[in-house]
Amino acid sequence: MKKIGLMLLISMLVMAVYSQDTEKKLAQIPSVDLKTIEGNTFNSSQIENNGKPIIISFWATWCKPCCKELNTIADVYADWQQETGVKLIAVSIDDSRSSDKVKPLANGNSWDFEILLDPNQDFKRAMNVNLVPHMFILNGKKEIVWQHTSFSDGGELEIIDIVRKIIKGEDIK
Amino acid sequence: MMTMKNYFRKVYTIFILSVVLSPIFAKSQTIGGGQIHGNFQMDAQYYLKDSLIGAPNVPEKLLMNGFANIIYSNGNFNAGIRFESYQNAMLGFDPRYKGNGIPYRFASYTNDGLQVTVGNFYDQFGSGMVFRTYEERSLGYDNAMDGIHVKYKPYKGIELKGLIGNQRFFFDKGVGIVRGFDGNFFINDIFGLDAMKTKYTIGGSFVSKYQPSSDPVYNLPENVGAYAGRLNITRSGFGIMGEYAYKINDPNASNNMIYKHGEGLFVSTSYSQKGLGVILSAKRIDNMDFRSDRNEVGNVLIINYLPALTKQHAYTLTAMYPYGTQPNGEIGYEGSIMYNIKKDSWLGGSYGTKVSVNYSLANSIDKQKLNDTIAIGTDGTLGYKSDFFKMGDKKYFEDFNIEINRKFSKSIKAILTYAYITYNKDIIEGHPGAPTIFANIVVLDISYKFNTTNTLRMELHSLMAKQDEHDWAMCLLEYTIAPKWFFSVADLYNYDNPDTKRRFHYYNAAFGFTKGTNRFALSYGKQRQGITCVGGVCRQVPASNGISLTITSSF
Repeated sequence: MKKIGLMLLISMLVMAVYSQDTEKKLAQIPSVDLKTIEGNTFNSSQIENNGKPIIISFWATWCKPCCKELNTIADVYADWQQETGVKLIAVSIDDSRSSDKVKPLANGNSWDFEILLDPNQDFKRAMNVNLVPHMFILNGKKEIVWQHTSFSDGGELEIIDIVRKIIKGEDIK
Repeated sequence: MMTMKNYFRKVYTIFILSVVLSPIFAKSQTIGGGQIHGNFQMDAQYYLKDSLIGAPNVPEKLLMNGFANIIYSNGNFNAGIRFESYQNAMLGFDPRYKGNGIPYRFASYTNDGLQVTVGNFYDQFGSGMVFRTYEERSLGYDNAMDGIHVKYKPYKGIELKGLIGNQRFFFDKGVGIVRGFDGNFFINDIFGLDAMKTKYTIGGSFVSKYQPSSDPVYNLPENVGAYAGRLNITRSGFGIMGEYAYKINDPNASNNMIYKHGEGLFVSTSYSQKGLGVILSAKRIDNMDFRSDRNEVGNVLIINYLPALTKQHAYTLTAMYPYGTQPNGEIGYEGSIMYNIKKDSWLGGSYGTKVSVNYSLANSIDKQKLNDTIAIGTDGTLGYKSDFFKMGDKKYFEDFNIEINRKFSKSIKAILTYAYITYNKDIIEGHPGAPTIFANIVVLDISYKFNTTNTLRMELHSLMAKQDEHDWAMCLLEYTIAPKWFFSVADLYNYDNPDTKRRFHYYNAAFGFTKGTNRFALSYGKQRQGITCVGGVCRQVPASNGISLTITSSF
């Protein structure tokens, strides 16, 4: 078992070295099956906003800072959308203990976000999310240009700032 | 022991393979734009002596848990590994996590609706009552499968899954083989009823484990099967889902070797519209401890997932007495209402007010003697008889809580939480004779925003109980400078412990720095002995005193 693991690791490292020669590309989101709030299957590659920026926020019903972040954004979301056309997709990592609470909670809080469920945490793993909240911002080509973990009051200003930069075509870094 | 020659041969093989493989991958890299991503977390604690609060002596002084995931993805191909390191495992984690290793590695590809994964994988069937593998690193829980997983979508609206493998057991594998099939059918998609407002989904699963037996006393089933059926109906704001599971007789260490079958039922219904959410759930679990090794107990080699049907509290004192599912028998229900009082109304204030009320109850199931001569749960018998819909006479847990969340002005926000929790310590923690605890808990969480990025937050907690360690109070102050810095100080005080010598202060100071996905947190203080639960499993956290460092990162 260790041998195979080591082999994979070395192969990947060698690949990484090879890939340095090629043009550096921004990361795309991996293709993973998620669930819509109605229970239908939804592949992450179907995430779309007609060439406008997309915010993907990993959260859970039991995570206080996550709900704080989404509530804070919910207050200004209509303004954000009008100004930039940005779309927020809130990916819940709640498992079967609490995944049925997601929809009532989102509705109870009057969130206008698109909600996706990741009960088996496949998307969380594929996106390398350790802790929630973890937010990704995608540009119009659906490339990940920015990501951040944790949330504190005022953090939303940095988020909209990044979105504005994308719209203007400015460099994020 | 591996000889030097063997070692070099191995390194050589790996080297050749890498060289052969990498141009192939590198080529597809330039074509498909493959990517390498990963994440990393490390927790370390330096332990100070503190026998007063009951902190165990740590001869190593410093303990560390760490892991890193590396995933390569290229179009329809994914491969990854996770390196884990425990030098040695931190207090509260199972000491059988020891040393370094790569317990998780996989490769998968998707082709024309077929997804094949070899190596380790996580998956769940339905709500998980007969099968769920997952990881919860903060609890040291990982029951990953190692084997083959196939998922196929032969037709629109049909999803079929099949799997086989062994489960992870620390840095080794369990002896039992787990096999499973699952089908999920989206009725509207299959019959082209997309326009229909009501959506139906049905599903079914079958899981079986094989473990040889040479028990001298009992004639044990070497193959134990379990099946489940489920139904999910939604219509705009309304939804109902239910799942029933059945397991054949499976004498094991957890159920005291009884030959009774197992059963599980979970039903949940919800209604929501903008500003209102209501949910009601009920479940009954009877003899559903399902493992790939019948001799194991504790959080290892568990095949299914039986989460607690209670609210997962986030504050220190509301989470002081958390419930853990009793897989050998419990019946319970939960209801929640979430309501958003409109802004600019008398009750709602100028920013609106959110109110959420939650109630949950978990009880024992009805258990009656099989006949006059056999005591309930006697090994080698059918154990007991049970009336399916009858509640047992023992209350395990009850929680009534209400949370009011209100923004008063641009700079002041507050959350007020009240909870009344009944906690059967005897059953939940397995301390026979321990009294049931009745706790009244209030938490006030106020934050004040100085300007756009500087916020001061204060938590005031009070827990009052006449049992266990009686009354507690806590105060926490947290200052954040968005989006990078946080500083906090807290004191948890057991001011009314009946043993006056044990009226301890558990103080803590912490600060953290986050930039992008790199996060550093350093804290110093005392941790009280308690229980941490995430999802369905809990872990005992021993008392400790020391300095902790956490680093998380992803790329």
